[in-house]
Amino acid sequence: MSRKSKRNQPTSDNQVPQAPEAPPASRVNRIGVFVGAAVVLLLAFAGAALLYKGEKAQSAQTIVAKNQPALANDQSPSFGDPDAKVHIVEFFDPACETCAAFFPHVKTLMLENPGKIRLSLRHVTFHKGSEHAVRVLEAARGQGKYLPTLEALYASQDQWAVNHEVRADLVWNALGRVGLDLERLRKDSSGADIAQRMERDMADARALGVTKTPEFFVNGRPLPRFGLEELQSLVKEELRGAYP
Amino acid sequence: MKECSSDSAWSLVFGCWAIAGASTLGALFFSEIMELPPCVLCWYQRIFMFPLVLILPLGLFPYDAKVIRYALPLALVGWAISFFQVLLVAGLIPEGLRPCSQGVPCSVAQIQWLGFVNIPLLSFIAFSVMNALLFVARKRGPT
Repeated sequence: MSRKSKRNQPTSDNQVPQAPEAPPASRVNRIGVFVGAAVVLLLAFAGAALLYKGEKAQSAQTIVAKNQPALANDQSPSFGDPDAKVHIVEFFDPACETCAAFFPHVKTLMLENPGKIRLSLRHVTFHKGSEHAVRVLEAARGQGKYLPTLEALYASQDQWAVNHEVRADLVWNALGRVGLDLERLRKDSSGADIAQRMERDMADARALGVTKTPEFFVNGRPLPRFGLEELQSLVKEELRGAYP
Repeated sequence: MKECSSDSAWSLVFGCWAIAGASTLGALFFSEIMELPPCVLCWYQRIFMFPLVLILPLGLFPYDAKVIRYALPLALVGWAISFFQVLLVAGLIPEGLRPCSQGVPCSVAQIQWLGFVNIPLLSFIAFSVMNALLFVARKRGPT
């Protein structure tokens, strides 16, 4: 109390000449201590983040390097020239919104570089009920209509994937215009061979450390960081290397 | 004598802020860098931890003992939630009382260091020390 009132009344004559603006020494120290602590905390955070990210990227690369056979799978749907020197392997979930958003860009990459890019698609079922959509896709492949079916599913995704859960009955509504033999599709989609392929895809995804979709590997290399630009630049880099 | 007690109260509140800052950055590290999804109880503890990073410095420059009065309710509620979660992780609260059956379970420790240190325990320690510091500061600081 007494200290406060002294500070508020510096008018008594003998105290005025001392520069009133200069804060007391302890105040300066306090600000220094506070700012110093804040800087230390933020630097520690940034340093740890860089270290962690770097280590994670490196371990991801070693995991992928060790499991290259898990990437190649001749049973998976594959598009583009089989002799193309750039091979994109995409792990995706048909119910994943980001996968749907990425797909046109992947297609554009292939159209812009005809004959140079091959795309292999691997199914993972991270969403509840995604296996229904995957079964439809695999059965449509038997009728030579994989891509149109995938695009039809992506286009109507918000209607059959409700709250991240696939509604099996609604998936079929999305197929009207694709021109599939629906009766045959129904029969084929419950096949045991499809279940086997789905298991294989999931096992490979686990081996490669795929936990989120979409996940891309370009000539066996994972994206350094998730993002469309990262994918495009990695593909361009591989294209430059393969087709100088 | 008065000057001394105010200085120590300032240090206590400052220490409390440092813990809040470290805890906030730690929580963000777990969720944003390590990408561990926070469970519901973690979000509630964040609600009571994050504001302290901003509120406490307002009482440090210049020192205003009233800040303890404004910070303590947050720290106390945060402490109660973290205590609840520690009991949950330890299995001392039956499953029927578990408030989060969907999403990430709050009773499963995502990180174990030295066999017993997990994120809820870190939160509990942080809230405990912060409350202790604030209570001592309240006793010492000028009213």
